[in-house]
Amino acid sequence: MLSAMEIQARLEQILLRVEKPGRYVGGELNQVIKPWESVKTRVALVFPDLYDIGLPNLGLAILYDILNKQKDVLAERAYAPWVDMETLLRENEIPLYALESKQPLAAFDIIGFSLPYETLYTNTLNILDLSSIPLKAVERQKSHPLIIAGGHAAFNPEPMADFMDAFVIGEAEDVILEIVHAHQQWKAAHLQKEKLLMALSKISGVYVPSFYRPVYKLDGTISHIERRNDESGSLPVTKRIVPRLPLPPTNFIVPNIDVVHNRVAIEIMRGCTRGCRFCHAGMITRPVRERPVAEIVASIETALRNTGYEEIALLSLSSSDYSQITELVSAVSERFSSQHLTISLPSLRIDTVSVDLLEKLKGRRSGGFTLAPEAATDRMRNTINKPISAEQLLETAREIYRRGWTNLKLYFMIGHPTETLEDVQAIADLCKAVLAEGRKQIGRRANLHAGVSTFVPKPHTPFQWVPCDEMENIEAKQVLLRKTMTGPGLKLTWTDPRDTQLEAWLSRGDRRIGEVIYRAWQLGAKFDAWQDQFRFEAWQYAFLQAGLDPAFYTYRHRTLDEVFPWDHINIGVKKQYLIEEFRRSEAGVLRADCRENCYACGILPVFTEMRRAFPGRAWKCPEVRSPSRKTILETAAS
Amino acid sequence: MIRIQIYYSKGGAFRYTGNLDVHKAWERIFRRANLSLAYSQGFHPQPRLNQANPLPLGITGRNELIEVWINNNQINHEEIRSTLEKSLPPGITINAIEEVPLNAPSPQTRVIAADYVAEISPAIAAVQLKDRIQTLLQSESLIRERRGKKYDLRPLVYNLELENSIRQAGNHRIFMRLAAGQQATGRPDEVLTALGLDPFSAYIERTGIVFRE
Ligand code: SF4
Repeated sequence: MLSAMEIQARLEQILLRVEKPGRYVGGELNQVIKPWESVKTRVALVFPDLYDIGLPNLGLAILYDILNKQKDVLAERAYAPWVDMETLLRENEIPLYALESKQPLAAFDIIGFSLPYETLYTNTLNILDLSSIPLKAVERQKSHPLIIAGGHAAFNPEPMADFMDAFVIGEAEDVILEIVHAHQQWKAAHLQKEKLLMALSKISGVYVPSFYRPVYKLDGTISHIERRNDESGSLPVTKRIVPRLPLPPTNFIVPNIDVVHNRVAIEIMRGCTRGCRFCHAGMITRPVRERPVAEIVASIETALRNTGYEEIALLSLSSSDYSQITELVSAVSERFSSQHLTISLPSLRIDTVSVDLLEKLKGRRSGGFTLAPEAATDRMRNTINKPISAEQLLETAREIYRRGWTNLKLYFMIGHPTETLEDVQAIADLCKAVLAEGRKQIGRRANLHAGVSTFVPKPHTPFQWVPCDEMENIEAKQVLLRKTMTGPGLKLTWTDPRDTQLEAWLSRGDRRIGEVIYRAWQLGAKFDAWQDQFRFEAWQYAFLQAGLDPAFYTYRHRTLDEVFPWDHINIGVKKQYLIEEFRRSEAGVLRADCRENCYACGILPVFTEMRRAFPGRAWKCPEVRSPSRKTILETAAS
Repeated sequence: MIRIQIYYSKGGAFRYTGNLDVHKAWERIFRRANLSLAYSQGFHPQPRLNQANPLPLGITGRNELIEVWINNNQINHEEIRSTLEKSLPPGITINAIEEVPLNAPSPQTRVIAADYVAEISPAIAAVQLKDRIQTLLQSESLIRERRGKKYDLRPLVYNLELENSIRQAGNHRIFMRLAAGQQATGRPDEVLTALGLDPFSAYIERTGIVFRE
């Protein structure tokens, strides 16, 4: 293994030959460097996409902060090198290294991958390969780092099960330290790797795939999951959550080069009660927990002082639903609006209140205004459970243009279950009507950008049973949009149907898809989310080599009693609730926001004790009042 | 409002930061220091902050100059220096700081040349290197192409020489003074290429900017 100094020396010979070498050197303000020998556990946090995208990632920033606060732990970072850098790394036999110490990744105790979306799977393999670490978990020895992954995509861990030693399901803030602790004990005891995995499998929220084996039926669906070792943790693995959002990080790393988001990002709320049926995040991040206004404002203040950033982003899945949104916006604008800062508040509801909020937040109307109606006919809105009337959208748009925004961006999705060409035509008509409103208000300065993506049914959602819309349908729908949505001031963007297919294969894949990912990577697939790198043929060929039918994962109709590859992962929301929602969707029946009326989705029974210990308004689920059975028994005994 | 000129060095990881991003880094230094920069007028107000002469990515700077306008009359430049120093990112250090009259000519217009030192691996013999330098200096013109445009590099090279004493590490050190400023700028990497050297494996530092008085 090359030493950090040797890596550094070789790097100096190649860095000026690549585009944006600042991606590969670290050394930014607020990075944490600890002496390598001074700690017991060294963790590399890897975002398997470009530095420019990974650096601003809030999830990794949180873990970096938590881990480096531990005296006996150090955490460093690594990202996927762009193709030019990869070539030079391989030519010069430089292993992938962590930015802080330049130590090779293989020298770390634990490597944690962030997997927020599925198109990072091939990059993950590539990073292991660039680190000379065997890709498959079974081929790794005790001397290799423990390879773990977490993030939203990990809620269906099966496609990556062959490559990971363990997955973190859910929120990692607490569980990451438990993993480090288990690793420390194991390392001190000089035991076999199996013992470490055993200990990990007993931590709540940790899934060790090698202890379980899916058994398939003849038709290719899953019969059941076999537990291979009686001493391992039992199934299902229930996701971890934190009862209260821990204090947000304020010591963000400030890059020396431009990245996608140069900002102080702060999560104002986690979870969402809206219940849009297509939304993966909305289902897996329940329950809703809010952060107090005072804490948000104080954290922004500290973070600005620590970073000097010129932008603040208040993040959540649905900003308008934050219960004290008006107070928050007042406090933030009062405190920070005079400092030439850009303040963004994404994910706003479609109503004029949102326009008031953003107007208050931004002194000047820089940038555009973004809204996500998702569908344009009432039938589709009832199907996906996102009821926003055309009148409401038009009224909101009118206000947006009238108050000085010239660019409005609307997000729609095509390919929803049962969608027809009429529903798609309605998107075009609605956009034209919106732009016409804009023209009435501010004339030719009004612009409209429609971002029309394609729906992919996701695990753990009420749509996990539905087939994907066929490729020909998607293409016909996109042709329709392209033909009708022309004219000055109107811009349309859409998703390549092949990208959608890949996303569909990977998100509802089973463990056998691992072989497809492996072969696709061997055939050169990586940076799959990048148009200029995406190799669709490699994926098709990989399916062929693995002897699997891609249509099995995309176009098949799933019955309600099918055992899904991710059924042993418990997100808290009951499968029965998802079935109910699926049926209501077919019947076109809406379900109101659950913060007004709890529909017993399953979260509370799973997290009863937690809710009982943390009563109050921070959670949007009802309080648990009845004493627990344990307490009753104890009282009875005394 | 006061106008301040800061002489600073840029090294470490900032070697790989281009000029626009260095500009951004300075804006953030001032934000962290809680020193409010003056902003330009207009629809897109920009902080008033000028660099005397852009430094290409890959080159470190020993004594760069940036000029700023600060919305504060109460503070003196020594206080500014000590506040800024607490806010610097790794790789940037302040050499000197001085207040200049608000109506002084801008430093961009006063730049005439810049000095560089390039460290080259000892793989090539000193005599050979001296020869190449002589040939370059004796040539009348040196037509090169950059971004699809032809230009003559020779008149932009004011001085070029090899340091005589060999250093401990064994690297050669080439000194150059090249034209800089608003008319035409000579790039040290282009000079190295013209000498048949690989600019990407050289370590180039700008040691100073030369101003017209
Ligand atoms: S338990 Fe009730 S309130 Fe909480 S997320 Fe589920 S349905 Fe909503």
